[in-house]
Amino acid sequence: MSNFGLQLLTAVLIGIGAGYLGAFMILRRMSLVGDALSHVALPGIAIALLLHINPFIGATFALIVAIIGVAILERKTTLPSETLIGIFFTLSLALGLILTPEPELLEALFGDITKVTFNDLILTAVSVVAILLIIPKITKGLVLGIMSKDLTRSMGIKINVINFIFLFMVSVVVALGLKVAGTLLMGSLVIIPAAAAKNLSNSLSSYSLWAMLFGALSSLIGIFLSIYVGFTPGPVIVLVSGAIFLITLFFRPANN
Amino acid sequence: MHNLNVTIDGNKILNDLNFFVKKGDVLAIVGPNGAGKSVLFRTLLGLFPYSGSIVWGQGLKTNYIPQKFYIDKDLPLTVKEFLEFKNNNLNTIVRSLISVGISDDSHDGHAEHYIREHLLPHRLSLLSGGQLQRVLIAWSVIDNPDILLFDEPTSGIDVGGEETIYNLIEKLRVERNMTVLLISHDLNIVYRYANNVICLNKKMICFGQPNLVLDPTALSQLYGGTVGFYKHEHSHE
Repeated sequence: MSNFGLQLLTAVLIGIGAGYLGAFMILRRMSLVGDALSHVALPGIAIALLLHINPFIGATFALIVAIIGVAILERKTTLPSETLIGIFFTLSLALGLILTPEPELLEALFGDITKVTFNDLILTAVSVVAILLIIPKITKGLVLGIMSKDLTRSMGIKINVINFIFLFMVSVVVALGLKVAGTLLMGSLVIIPAAAAKNLSNSLSSYSLWAMLFGALSSLIGIFLSIYVGFTPGPVIVLVSGAIFLITLFFRPANN
Repeated sequence: MHNLNVTIDGNKILNDLNFFVKKGDVLAIVGPNGAGKSVLFRTLLGLFPYSGSIVWGQGLKTNYIPQKFYIDKDLPLTVKEFLEFKNNNLNTIVRSLISVGISDDSHDGHAEHYIREHLLPHRLSLLSGGQLQRVLIAWSVIDNPDILLFDEPTSGIDVGGEETIYNLIEKLRVERNMTVLLISHDLNIVYRYANNVICLNKKMICFGQPNLVLDPTALSQLYGGTVGFYKHEHSHE
């Protein structure tokens, strides 16, 4: 497979996975969590680079430590998770900026999909398929949990388990997407396509479908456009998703 | 016939409650704000740790409608998708919605058409308070529960609509031979619909038939002051 094909396929798969998960992030009012989580990946990448191991492993590890850490702190303190996220995630960005070796810094911050390998593609494909299979199984708990935790628990649904599975999936897609958009921009790839989808949707099914479609489209158009304008793909992909969001604003259902 | 015996000690929210419910009963729970009514429900549902014993009959299905139900105005979720969380069969969904009396005033006698074509594809968040309550009730009876727990079934509904909701609950109870436990602040409702009532203010102040146990002594103990028989709940805090 040509390197361009690799890039395109990987980015589109990330767009699908990120869009789908982003749809639920928005419903759960966790829009900024995606953004903040992607920052946490930076020190993970830095440490991995210093130890000469795969940065993806470092990023995933850092993200998992972060979601467990926030869950523990939420229980032990009365600080709202917003505050916790605001504190620790910017701290980790600062730490990451210091630790990351200079030559890799720009790539870590903004991503560089031209460096994607065949193994990355396989890993991405497997992860995205897993997301597409697992999320429908926990959709009921994810959505009902927003409406009433008591009701959800009374149906025997374990909200904490579902939350953890969900955040774990988000971590995986963010870690994978770092190649595409970097630690600074990956959060927007989770949120913007889903936000655009929400403008168009009355039902959960159309909402998820549009979110995946917009994620895929942003990557596809973004990569072609980045070649055309001669700029690195990450920011272009994010800008394309922003343009899609602006267009969908005009199609919001009238009864809103 | 099944008996339920609850004893909850400690944690100062509920002290030494003892009561039972018989099949087909309507048990109302009344008390001022913060009396522990919702806590009692959550405990009955097994969501709170407790000491003492709660004994239900064998194999009984309990469904619950909470008081607080958050639905964002722009939540992309249709009525159909919401009900499908509980049951995947479209005909069962439609039957359940018909049984809660959902219809469109302008299409009298065409409830099924209205439900299939208009209500089911509608966004849940855009329903009126009364319609949402009916959909919630339809959701709660769709899997034929033996026991229903309603926490303030009519909060968020205008006064005229309240009575229809209680009539509906009563109709469903008779049709489906369900046991209903409901939290209410409206003593009129308790007199009209409940066989038994628990007056709760951290501890049990009374338990029994409403017309026997809801006397002025119990009420003043409950609400702390002189409360007329036909007044709504007051809290003097």
